[in-house]
Amino acid sequence: MSTPLLSAENLTKAYGSRLACAGVDLDVTEGEVLAIVGESGSGKSTLLSLLAGELAPDSGCVRYRMRDGRSRDLADLGPAELRRLMRTDWGFVRQDARQGLRMAVSAGGNVGERLMGMGERHYGRIRGQALDWLGRVEIEAGRVDDPPSQFSGGMRQRLQIARNLVTGPRLVLMDEPTSGLDVSVQARLLDLIRRLSAELGLAVIIVTHDLAVARLLSHRIAVMRAGRVIETGLTDRVLDDPEHAYTQLLVSSVLAA
Amino acid sequence: MTALLTFQDVAKSFTLHLRGGVVLPVVGGVSLSVAPGECVVLGGPSGAGKSSLLKMAYGNYRCDAGAIWVRDGETVIDVARADPRVMLSLRSRVIAYVSQFLRVIPRVSALDVVEAAGREGGLSEDEARARARTLLARLNLPERLWSLPPATFSGGEQQRVNIARGLIADRPLLLLDEPTASLDASNRAVVAELVREKLAAGAGVLGIFHDSEMRDAVATRIVDVTRFAQARAA
Repeated sequence: MSTPLLSAENLTKAYGSRLACAGVDLDVTEGEVLAIVGESGSGKSTLLSLLAGELAPDSGCVRYRMRDGRSRDLADLGPAELRRLMRTDWGFVRQDARQGLRMAVSAGGNVGERLMGMGERHYGRIRGQALDWLGRVEIEAGRVDDPPSQFSGGMRQRLQIARNLVTGPRLVLMDEPTSGLDVSVQARLLDLIRRLSAELGLAVIIVTHDLAVARLLSHRIAVMRAGRVIETGLTDRVLDDPEHAYTQLLVSSVLAA
Repeated sequence: MTALLTFQDVAKSFTLHLRGGVVLPVVGGVSLSVAPGECVVLGGPSGAGKSSLLKMAYGNYRCDAGAIWVRDGETVIDVARADPRVMLSLRSRVIAYVSQFLRVIPRVSALDVVEAAGREGGLSEDEARARARTLLARLNLPERLWSLPPATFSGGEQQRVNIARGLIADRPLLLLDEPTASLDASNRAVVAELVREKLAAGAGVLGIFHDSEMRDAVATRIVDVTRFAQARAA
């Protein structure tokens, strides 16, 4: 097996006396979707921030295989290097679109900004790629000059996806991307995420409290409770034959649709 | 000749932590194998553990004891211990699983569902498209339904999409859990024919068919699962 794209070893982070993340090991590679599930307060979002290098761990490390093939510890990257990584090779789709988008800037501008961050300066090419990506996430070309403040919740999430994928990232982190959306809007978004991640061979880490989302999108799953990963494995195995008492409780608490 | 699938002294039980840790034994001492060209049908009443055996072979259920060897080209892999990535790779290349139910993917058309399964199984885009059309036509799914998502289809129509999805690629090991439960006689006959073609091409089948006509049409051997029940209390 080749080196994973991203791997975390023994990641630990405490807020005061409370362990938000305790000794977490995980890895993900290209073409793979890993779901992190658990209830609110289980440490999922802290883990995602640690993986993204937004938070520094108290101990443990996150390694990332750079485009030149070398694995680097995120803690050893300078702030400029880390920023460049986040702007080009990584995507981060936020639960709250207002954190992931510039609400007052046009949809096309939101997508184009990431390209400009990579050094693209040609207006026509930027606009062309922005239009292409809006089309791929099913946003009409006629909305390219509208700001996301005028978009529905589902459209904002699709715009976030376009903004993140336009630079051809290898890793995309998603924090509850479908929560708060109507069920039909959710289905459309899930379908889009599923299709694009498979087509582009992305490594995806998705945090969700919704087991149905995890089942539909992910290959592997990690179940978190009180900052620890208590069960991990093939998504369908963990959901259909859960081993840990807490996973059994989670699975049995879901209404079958 | 190396078997495609071998259960070696396999045991399975469920521990219900939410019911005070009650242990429900399912099967014990399971040893059986499936050779190329063979269709081994699991017999026995509901609850005897037939589906659990198929799910263990697919890696969907954990296996408490013993080994489940699956042949992958020149090597054999114990799926009871396999890493999730190895299991996913086996599923894409080696093991096909067809259950009674189609887990519906919203908004994806029947034809695309089948085609995608072909591509995941290693077929080229053109080959996947061609085979998907041929299979759906052979299974008598009306062409006007092909471009629609299967969510609104009848049980029998969904089941035929599911069969097409499971059989489109050339995987050597087929796990079939009542794939014909809601099909009429003529469509069951089509499925029997498809299964026999797979067997003739050297695939092996481990299956569950309650319908005796279907069973007689494809089975080369029947294994009564109730004999694995005695050991399960142990």
